[in-house]
Parts: sequence; C-alpha cells; structure tokens
Amino acid sequence: MYDVAIIGAGVVGGMVARTLSRYNLKICIIEKENDVAMGATKANSAIVHAGFDAKEGSLKARLNVEGSNLMEQVCRELNVKYKNNGSLVVGFNDEDKATLFDLLKRGNANGVKGLKLLEKDELKALEPNLSDSITCALHAPTGAIVCPYELTVAAIGNAMDNGAELLCGFEVSGIKRTADCYEILSAEKAVKAKFVVNCAGLYSDEIAKRAGDDTFSVTPRRGEYILLDKECGNLVSHTIFRTPSKMGKGILVSPTVDGNLLLGPTSVNILDKEDKDLTNEGFAKIIESAKETVKGVPFNKAITSFCGLRAVGSTGDFIITSPSAGFINAAGIESPGLSASPAIALYIKDMLSVLGLTLKEKADYNPVRPSTHAFREATIEEKNEMIKKNPAYGKIVCRCEGVTEGEILDALRMNPKARDLDGVKRRTRAQMGRCQGGFCSPYITELIAKEQGIAFEKVTKFGGNSFINIGKTKEVL
Amino acid sequence: MRDLVIIGGGPAGMSAAIAAFKSGIKDILILERDERLGGILQQCIHNGFGLHKFGEELTGPEYAFKYEQQILELGIEFKLGTMVLDLSRDRVITATNSEDGIFQIKAKAVILAMGCRERAKGALNIAGSRPAGIFSAGTAQKFVNMKGYMPGKDVVILGSGDIGLIMARRMTLEGAKVHAVCELMPYSGGLARNIEQCLNDFSIPLKLSHTVTKIHGKERLNGVTIAKVDENRRPIPETEEFIPCDTLLLSVGLIPENELSKNAQVNISAVTSGAVVDQDRQTDIDGIFSCGNVLHVHDLVDFVSDEAEIAGRAAAEFINGNLKKETCLHIETDGKIRYTVPQKITRKKDIDVYFRVSDVMKNVKINVHDGETLLLSRKKQKVAPGEMEKLTLKKELLDSAQSLKFSLEVL
Amino acid sequence: MERKLTCIICPLGCELTATLENGEVVSVSGNTCKRGEIYAKNECTNPQRTITSTVRCEDGGLVAVKTDRTIPKEKIEECMKIINAATAKLPVHIGDVIIKDVFGANIVATANKEV
Repeated sequence: MYDVAIIGAGVVGGMVARTLSRYNLKICIIEKENDVAMGATKANSAIVHAGFDAKEGSLKARLNVEGSNLMEQVCRELNVKYKNNGSLVVGFNDEDKATLFDLLKRGNANGVKGLKLLEKDELKALEPNLSDSITCALHAPTGAIVCPYELTVAAIGNAMDNGAELLCGFEVSGIKRTADCYEILSAEKAVKAKFVVNCAGLYSDEIAKRAGDDTFSVTPRRGEYILLDKECGNLVSHTIFRTPSKMGKGILVSPTVDGNLLLGPTSVNILDKEDKDLTNEGFAKIIESAKETVKGVPFNKAITSFCGLRAVGSTGDFIITSPSAGFINAAGIESPGLSASPAIALYIKDMLSVLGLTLKEKADYNPVRPSTHAFREATIEEKNEMIKKNPAYGKIVCRCEGVTEGEILDALRMNPKARDLDGVKRRTRAQMGRCQGGFCSPYITELIAKEQGIAFEKVTKFGGNSFINIGKTKEVL
Repeated sequence: MRDLVIIGGGPAGMSAAIAAFKSGIKDILILERDERLGGILQQCIHNGFGLHKFGEELTGPEYAFKYEQQILELGIEFKLGTMVLDLSRDRVITATNSEDGIFQIKAKAVILAMGCRERAKGALNIAGSRPAGIFSAGTAQKFVNMKGYMPGKDVVILGSGDIGLIMARRMTLEGAKVHAVCELMPYSGGLARNIEQCLNDFSIPLKLSHTVTKIHGKERLNGVTIAKVDENRRPIPETEEFIPCDTLLLSVGLIPENELSKNAQVNISAVTSGAVVDQDRQTDIDGIFSCGNVLHVHDLVDFVSDEAEIAGRAAAEFINGNLKKETCLHIETDGKIRYTVPQKITRKKDIDVYFRVSDVMKNVKINVHDGETLLLSRKKQKVAPGEMEKLTLKKELLDSAQSLKFSLEVL
Repeated sequence: MERKLTCIICPLGCELTATLENGEVVSVSGNTCKRGEIYAKNECTNPQRTITSTVRCEDGGLVAVKTDRTIPKEKIEECMKIINAATAKLPVHIGDVIIKDVFGANIVATANKEV
C-alpha cells in the first residue's frame, strides 16, 4: 500500500513526487510510457514565463509567478541547466503597442518584477537581429529557459533517490475506490494507494472519469516546432515572443539552454490525443512567422522537428481540485505549466495535508540530485582524474555533442534509468546533434542491450513496438 | 612537438601518412576515433574500390587493409579510440581516449582527414509522425554489415546517392524487399554502374522526380506517402501514393565534417562545405592541410587516396621548410561548374583540377579562361553532378596566367 | 537487334550498345576500353556478377566475404542461401576460403577477424 500514487510522470507529476519525497511517505509514480517526460513535457517551448500572460486573479497567474520565482533554486538543487535570458514580446504597430501596455499592467498586477516597455532603438541595442519592422517590445527580465525533460528526469530521479518508486509501462485501465484506499489497475498490474494525484496531462480527464469525476475535459492543442543547429543559438539571446492575439502567444524564436535555436509552436486545436504528426502547413507557418520577427534565421540548419500536444482544460484555468476524498486532479496544465510546476507541487502538497495526509519530514532527505554534467563541466585536470578512475569517460561516443561512454552509462544506471535510445538522448544529448544519431546509435543500442541484459534487437527507440532492428541477418528473413 | 599529426585514420589519413613518410617525415601520429584504422571503408563491404590505384576490384575492407599493412610496415604511429576535441589556429590539438585521458599535442603540420557525415532527416522537414524505422543509409549499413542486424524487411529509400543504391542491393541480398528508391531530382546522384547493378539487377524501381511527403506509423514506421514533384521540386498532390513499409532509408547527401576546422578558423567554402585549399591542399592557415571527404565529397576512394598523397607530400615539404608560395590565383567558376578543388593556385606546376557540374548535361565543352584568353578547352559527351571531373593545367599555361575561370558551354 | 547496356566494370559507367545476330553479339559500341566490350558480350549471353556479403562466425560475429570470381547472375539468390547457412571458424584472415566452389567461385574473407 502506497501513501500516494501519482499518475503521470511529466513535469507536474515529477515535481509533485519530488516535493512529497521530502516526507516519510511511500510514493509511486505511475507512467504508461517507457520513460518519464513523454507527453507534453517532451515537446514544448522550454520557457520559464515571467507571468504577465495569465489573467489577474487566476490560479495560472498566481502559480506561474510563484513557480517562476522558485525555478532557479529548484534547478540548482537538481543540477539542471537554467538560464535567465529574459524575454521580449515584440510588436509591429500601435495596436500591438496598446496590447503590450495591457500586458505590462497585467504583469504588474500579477507581481512580475522589472517589466518595461522598450522603443525601437533600445530594442536594437538589446537584440540586433530583430526584424526592422518591429517597433516596440515588452521586456521581461525574469523570463528564463530550462530544458523541460531534463528538469523532469532530474525531479523524478531525485524523488527516487529519496525513496519514491517509478512504474513505467503502467497504463491505467481502472480506478477502484475501497473503504480505505484507491486501487489503480492496469491490464497486468494493480497498486493500492491512500491518496491519488492525477497528473496525467492530456489524459487527466479520462483518469478523473475513472475516479467518478466528469466535471471537466481536456483537449489537445497541437504545437509544431523546428530545432536548429547549435551554430544558430546566438542569433538572439532573449526569448522572442510575438504580441499575443486571440490565437495565442504565437510563434517564438528562442535559444535553448543547450545552445540550439527553437522555432515554434504552431497552435491548432485537434481531437486526437495521439496525433503528433508534423504538417507542411506547420513548417510553412513557423518559417513565415520566424522570418517576420528575426532576420537571417538559417532554416537550412534544421536538425530536427517535432510536435507536442498541449493539454488544454475546459475551464480556461488550471484545474487543481479534489473531487473526492483522497483524490486530487492536476489537470489542464497547459502553458505556463512548466513555469508553474514547482508551485503546483507545493499547492498540491498543502491540499493533501488538508485532506489528512500526514507530512513528517525525513531525516535523510536530500534535495540535491547528483549532477549529470559533472564530467562536462569539469576542468581538464579533473576530467583526467575521472578518466583514470573510469576510462569510459575518455571515450567519445556521440561526436557531434561530445558525449562520452561514461556519461551514457551514467544515464543507463542513474534514477530514473534510461531504457531506450530516446531516453539516452534526452538524458545525455547523445544522438541530438547534427548527425541525429547516424554514427552513434548502433553503439548506444549495444550499450543499452548490455546494461539491461536484453537482446540487441529488443532495444527500442521509445518503448512499445518502436524496435530499431527486427532481428539478426541470416536468421530473421 | 610532433612533426605531423593527422586527424582521421580512414583512407585519406592513411594515404597522407604514407606519402609524408615516403617524403622523409618519420615523426607522424595518426589520431583515429574508431577502434581500428580504415574509417568508413570497414562497413563498405561491397566491391568497386581500387580499380584506379591497384588495377583490381577490391572491397572496402580489402582496400583499407592494403593501407593498414603499409602503416604497420613503415611503423607509423597511430592512436585508436581517440577523438580530437579541438584544434587551434597555431596547430595545438586536444584529444581524448580511455588510456591517455585528455591530452594536447602541438604539431608542425596538421592534416585534416575527418571524412564526412550523412545529411540527417531533421534537415528534410518531412510531414507526418516520427516512429522508429527511419535511418540514414550508412547507419543501416553499419547495422547490417558490422553488427549483423536487419533494420527492417520492407524498405523505401529516399535519395539515390551511392550509399542508398548500395544499401538497396545489400538489403535485398539479405532478404528484405526494397519497394522503391525515390529521387527528388530528375537524375540520380549515384554512379550509373550502381543504378545498373544495385537497382536494375533486382528490378527495384528508381523513381526520379519523386519524394517522400509523409511518414506514417506511431511506434514503428508502417508506410510512407510518396509523390512526384514538379520542376520546382514541389510535390504534386494528385500523384501521392502510399507505400506500406517498415523502413525508410535516407541517402540525401554527404556533408564534410568540418567542426574542428571551424574551431581552427579555417576558411570554409560555402559550396563544398570543406576548406578552401591550394594545389597542395593547404588551407589558408599555414601548416594545416585538408584532404579526402572532409575537403569535398568524392565518389571514389581512389581519388581520396590521390588527394591525400598530395597533402601528405606537401605537409612534408612544409615541415622541411620547402613549401614556398609563388603566386595566388583564385579559380573562378561560372555556376554550371559548381566548384573546383583546388580553389586557388599558389605554386606554378602541373596541377590536376577536380570539379563538379551543377546539372546533367550532354555534349559540353569545359573552358578555362585567363580574362578573355581561352587557355584550355575540353569536350565531354556527358557530365553529371554525381560524377567528379578532372582537368590538368600545365605549368606553361599557368606561367603567364593572371586569372583563371572555369566555365561550361553546352554545344 | 540492338541492346542498350550500362557498363558496370568501372565507375565511368559507359553506355554501351550491343548488336546481336542470332543470339550472338557481333559488335559493341560506346565502350571506352576493351573490358567494356567483353562485359557487353557476357551480359548478353551469360551475365555474371561478383557477390559480396557477410558470413556469421562461430562467436556470433560477422566477417565480410566475396566471391573470388564472378558467378552467373541467375545464381545470386542460391549463392546467398549458401552464404547465409555457413559458419566461419575463427580466426579468419583476409583471403581465406570460407566456402569452396559455389557456382564456380570460392567464398573468401575480405577482412580479418581474430578470436
């Protein structure tokens, strides 16, 4: 029997798990995919929003600003890259300027610090590559960037280091309420927990329904992105937003913490929660919009493109509710969900306490997750010491991103262990460079097979039937 | 301080080392990232190598073996499993391996011989999903030939580069069904002989002016949509066709791997993506030479070896203080000639100029002008972007030349 | 009767025209060298190919192999069946015969593989 079962290993589930792992609780995180951070967390804009977007008084507004204030410390403890690069919302005309002024007022009401409207010449000095047709901007110095899946892997890893359990490949098929607990079922397994936190992202409405709550729904909003080579990461230093319209925040141009340049997202409401197809319309739209905001974007330096689905709740605000004793929904966590996630976790912890969960701090709780970039950030002398102890650090596997075998083995052994090629990619950046795994994926496949004691042909790209090979030559066909 | 450090122990690196050794340089170190010498040749188990250099048809490993033997016999030093992390303008190399850790070497001369990589799918922006089962052709080649695993059984290949054609045959021989090779251009980027023996022999259709417009499948690829493209290379929607398959191989171009060269601030050509070099394959930084596929993508390894020998000999001259520049003539091109290597001439001697054209053309004349004066003219029955051409400029011709322009005339 | 061919002997890939009378090649044009003429004649009467592949070794690894001379084109599939069924004993050295007399050729190793 678990004290708390968290359904969904995205950034919200991860932050909740980590926050609760501070206390003397038996916790499990239930995830239907083969790895953590596989839903909306994997594919979004990677922005810590300052907090001027959400309507005054909303839960979104409050938790965004609180979360954004917490984020730097959380990242420090989890040894996750965080860069306070600031953001700019750019405008092209007087109408935009009026909107930016409204945003400024709203941001001030929300408690966002340092907001300022900039004129064209100030803007040029700050970001010389902005398009000449941009006339004004709202500068938000507290805006920042993180890597959302790195954050989630680290949060769940830290929760696991503090005793939480992760159950991957567990797709919830039913939730039964008994006298003293909830029984969460999948096709093969069942776990019991006194408290359940529903962080199931796009599927949080369906999980809620299984627990008898049909007060809200969640619909997917497609967002396509193009990622450019590291050569392009310096084109702009701030995150460049367009002035928001009824259609949303528009397509941004932003550096990432790893030095790439990210373009996107498009914004299309759809019905199918699995439809992550990229579209030609999407590509065209991203390119057109990015051209309008930034000069000289080298689109031919694209290294990959991807599509994420935002979980849009039916209420317009975050849906953090307790429909029945011991059951909490964290649903409709669309943007600024990543920014708000540390604050959402604290908010849910307090709700659980009110619902009767006893929170007694562990004596041996450790908020710090060992760094996964220790080798990368070390001096040459320190690196040579590490190579002497573990020669695998001397061997580069991914030449494009300079990732060593030692770092890949760490990712296969550290909580939460990478189980597939994409898991290694998200944890180490191996296969994420220019050649996109062309050279190193056969060797990484071998490392995964060896570490997990499985056959080479059983290694997948991302779990399920996403096998890399179908079998041995001479035998399979 | 070492005399000569060669980055890369593939065909270019080995040939360069042997040539430098034979020119009197004994203090040579080859740094190779793989666990053995030979580079990409080790996975190119098909034949067709060595006709020009050895007068016989060899497979990739056999070709590599001939050079590896010489390296061993001459006692040229090499380090395997060693990745070069950085190269500076003043020729300080930072490298790493499991045994030595991270170390630095300063060299009197450096030869860049890092080879090239395949263009990845990310650059293509194909619509649809992102399942498992999409590989660059070279990655599939490594799985099949080196690891002994089959990436799939029903294959579509996008791009008709030589590696794609070779893999069409290879996958077929191993029991897979290759349904089609789609080529965006109206002509193939591969050699005619490979179309004949890799596709026609097995009745694999080559669909010219076709591309993949959509990828299907959630976990593993289950099909692709292909379509014919118009003269602007835009897909024609009404020609779309779904092909069920579990594997998509990409053979859509090779890119010289010049990250280290860029670290050293070597001047890189926008056309070749390789260094700008003179007839000695010396870059614009004294003592840094470049050869093989890192300089420009070759279609034949034999020419890689030839080029590397030029670089190796010149590096030896440089180390001995005998490499003196006499002039600086930039070779201009007209667009129909896409590029030449070398791009500039700094010594007046007989020089082989290699070049590629921009389109398939028949009955053409290659002209070399010095201003208005026609220096040289050669007729060709047929030229194609996939086939590298060569023209020799004689010393006498260069002696009086003030400028050089290569142009192509369709007769 | 005329037959158009692409020569596969060398990278030039000459476009050949073979003229046949009563199943016999009487003339070849388009070739740059003598080998092209021989190729065209063979291709029209008894097409031949070199096969390259891999053979599984006793340790589960692979060694690259080829036919040491050409075999009839129509025997490619059968040749692959024989190659696929074989197991090579280690060590293998370049040039070692792995399988003898497969449609007139030997299957030989094209790479070294130690134990």
